[in-house]
Amino acid sequence: MPEAIATSNASRITPITRVNDFVVKFANVNGSGSASANNMFAKAVFRMGIPVSPHNIFPSNIQGLPTWYEVRISEAGYLGRRDGVDLMVAMNEQTIRNDIDSVLPGGYVLYDNSKPLGPHLLRDDINYLGIPIKDICLKEFEKPTQRQLFKNIVYVGALAAFLEIDFQVLTDLVGDQFRGKERLIPPNIHALELGHQYASNNFKCPLQIRLKHCRKTDNKILIDGNTAVALGCVYGGATVAAWYPLTPSTSVVDAFGKYCKRLRIDPGSGKRKYAIVQAEDELAAIGITVGAGWNGARAFTATSGPGISLMQEFLGLAYFAEVPIVIFDIQRAGPSTGMPTRTQQSDILSCAYASHGDTKQVLLFPASPGECFDFAIEAFDIADNLQTPVIVMSDLELGMNEQMCDALQWTDGREYDRGKVLSEAQLEELGEFARYRDVDGDGIGYRTYPGTHPEKGSYFTRGSSHDDRAAYTEDGNVYAGVMDRIARKFNTAVGFLPLPEQIDTEQENSSGLKLGLLFYGTTTSAIQESLDSLERQGYHFDTLRIRAFPFHESVQQFIDCHDRIYVIEQNRDAQMKSLLKIECDASNRKLASILNYNGVLITAQHIERSVLEDLATFEQTAANTLSSRA
Amino acid sequence: MTYIRKPKFANPHIRSNDLGLTHRDYEGSLTTLCGGCGHDSISAAIIQAAVGMSLPPHRVAKLSGIGCSSKIPAYFLSRSHGFNSVHGRMPSVATGANMANKELYFLGVSGDGDSASIGLGQFCHIVRRRINMLYIVANNGTYGLTKGQLSATADPGSRTKSGEESQYDNIDMATLAIELGASFVARSFSGDKSQLVPLIQAGLSHKGFAFIDVISPCVTFNNTDFSTHGYKNTWENYQALSSIDYVPMRKEITTSYGAGEDKEITLHDGSVIHLHKTGSDYRPEDRDNALSHISDYRKKGKIATGLLYINQDQADFHELNDSVDKPLNTLASSDLCPGNEVLQSINETFR
Repeated sequence: MPEAIATSNASRITPITRVNDFVVKFANVNGSGSASANNMFAKAVFRMGIPVSPHNIFPSNIQGLPTWYEVRISEAGYLGRRDGVDLMVAMNEQTIRNDIDSVLPGGYVLYDNSKPLGPHLLRDDINYLGIPIKDICLKEFEKPTQRQLFKNIVYVGALAAFLEIDFQVLTDLVGDQFRGKERLIPPNIHALELGHQYASNNFKCPLQIRLKHCRKTDNKILIDGNTAVALGCVYGGATVAAWYPLTPSTSVVDAFGKYCKRLRIDPGSGKRKYAIVQAEDELAAIGITVGAGWNGARAFTATSGPGISLMQEFLGLAYFAEVPIVIFDIQRAGPSTGMPTRTQQSDILSCAYASHGDTKQVLLFPASPGECFDFAIEAFDIADNLQTPVIVMSDLELGMNEQMCDALQWTDGREYDRGKVLSEAQLEELGEFARYRDVDGDGIGYRTYPGTHPEKGSYFTRGSSHDDRAAYTEDGNVYAGVMDRIARKFNTAVGFLPLPEQIDTEQENSSGLKLGLLFYGTTTSAIQESLDSLERQGYHFDTLRIRAFPFHESVQQFIDCHDRIYVIEQNRDAQMKSLLKIECDASNRKLASILNYNGVLITAQHIERSVLEDLATFEQTAANTLSSRA
Repeated sequence: MTYIRKPKFANPHIRSNDLGLTHRDYEGSLTTLCGGCGHDSISAAIIQAAVGMSLPPHRVAKLSGIGCSSKIPAYFLSRSHGFNSVHGRMPSVATGANMANKELYFLGVSGDGDSASIGLGQFCHIVRRRINMLYIVANNGTYGLTKGQLSATADPGSRTKSGEESQYDNIDMATLAIELGASFVARSFSGDKSQLVPLIQAGLSHKGFAFIDVISPCVTFNNTDFSTHGYKNTWENYQALSSIDYVPMRKEITTSYGAGEDKEITLHDGSVIHLHKTGSDYRPEDRDNALSHISDYRKKGKIATGLLYINQDQADFHELNDSVDKPLNTLASSDLCPGNEVLQSINETFR
């Protein structure tokens, strides 16, 4: 009788029984080489055609602190996080107690039984899967680094047996991973086999939770948002990038540089069709971006909350002097240093009105890597057309975790839309050039790049008050005229921005109330699951996903035609709700907040609980109001 | 008074340069600085330099930060695009502008508050990045627009009009520039156009980061007998290491100099500078020597001026970046976008 089963109390436990619908969580020590093994697991699930969403929960640390990798597997396509763990791969002695506690009754713990578990770690309602990982690696591998690294591969091999992962898929993944370093393939496959053999020989495999091939990932890819942003910048024609390293935005420019080295080298000369500067700080990063945008290059910077704070002054300059730039804000938990490796949507207000004086900034809210790619491309066209900064509001969850999305697409023949830029020939024909004159009535003037025409089209860009010919003025009426014109430009802006994504069922609830969910960015991942669950409990919700700021008029309409709207977001202060209250006609009675700000992605269960709790009192109050009127 | 239109008089005898442009074509709007401000002399020197070397004005991008000094790009080269950015951050804006189009002439004008205090970090890093531009600091040792506070370049013991004495060590911008790897470093005085004009011309012709620290007295707040940045002290203690002539490319060299008295340096664009000895045997290619000269003069209370250091062998930003020949801002989607077929193969790597 295998030891693990013998010591467990399997007979008294009702094991969780699910196919293609469970959560596996890996608890590891940071820097132990677990990341690539865990990723291999997630990718194997994906290649078996099963929707999967891995979430890294990692420390601000290089080596030694605890790190987790949580993999949601859902054939139904629920890609958000879910409360509770069905199978815990407990590889970190520092956290093992809490890790075991988080397993749902009937769930499993995979652990290294080279050393027996202490009695305090034994629960009588879960299954223990002990694999002597350390002993296996000591016996099979010679080098100390191999003995450490292959521990991770051994548990993936064991999981293959436990969950019935297609072993061919795993060996193909190893082959892909080590292409070019072929000598590493056999030992990795050997390690996978060792884990698989031990699990098969000592446990009844597969478990009651297991995987089964399906076809739900056809034409999908598994990619992180920052990589998708970087590809969007390559495809969108960015030639200048300036940045300062800052988690979780760093991989945007890293990936941009990587793809540029492959895709942006002039075939004739071997020279670069791009320039990247790692600046001395975020002030310089945005300054470089502004300089390049002013001089006609598509330029961007990527940063996170602390960088946004430092960029405020330049954002005001770019707003007032009307310079197109693109900023990617990969938000993290603030304030101050906050939780630098955890996710949040907490820069909404500091970006929407970034900088001193009357300002407003264009924001885009991608909700998937596919939208990261599309919005990055769009952002350059929008910035050029509106002649103003565009801030793409991603976050750590979206930026640094692989997510499933439709394969990226580019329409060949699509030209970059550079907006109103006058050429030498156009300047030649033009009578008088006035940089900030509202010729077309849309609030947007015509600009010129330096060096275009020997005599015409030069102007003096400044952050000080100016007239429509860009000349300095302290005439208050002229100043106010320019400010009004820029405000008009933001009305025009709405027409250039991605529309909200709205699902209106026109269904009333039994209480007679019309209910709505309003959300944006990564809260989207939990919505379908919440809706399905609430539907089963008899509640109908319409939904509106905000994709851009300034808001489209349909946002106001959505507020108007619902009785209670839950604004779901990941910050403490309900920043999007505040923004809606500033920009729209909306009352506190209509708008309720569902907030999550613990640094990990919101779950459908949290949304559902919060909605039901609020509805209980709201329906009562609504009923009382109605009856008192009657 | 930029809202007062500058009168344009037609002078039938005005001389035109190789481009057929006259001095008037290089002017800007009317200055709003105080009468006698050193900065206006710098504007005049820039105009004279640009006319003299037949610089196409529309091929110049003039950039500045904030302060009295940073106002002056409005007062010269109205056919050039200008950018008056934010305080202390002109270096980053100039860097980005240069990255976008390496074919323009970049002229940055800043002050001692702008470059030695709030923007010291950006100044250091633009020098390190070897942006091909001429960077002028109009250095008056004081904050004029905020009415006379001491700046970080004010020498210890120097006193402002209100009697405030500088207690801290000053930052020497020329020394700093040499230390950080600038490949053309000069110091001059707004009151000496015979030196400043050829230095500006040489700085614009130089490939790489050129820096000129120009002592430019503030007549209103820092022109006392006790100020080391006032006219009196500068006139009395200003010493040129060598005098300089600039001969633009394609111009015949007409002046002749005695053997051993003249040093000729041909710049990358084919123009030539002549340095004439004024006593010392100064070698501007010697970095350590340049630093010790500045320091030696300073110890004696003297201001070493002229071309302090030049290195023509340094690669500039775009050479280091290995940028394509065409300016980045001229590349179209056909140059930049890899197309859908490539994207589909990239998709395959995410499966």
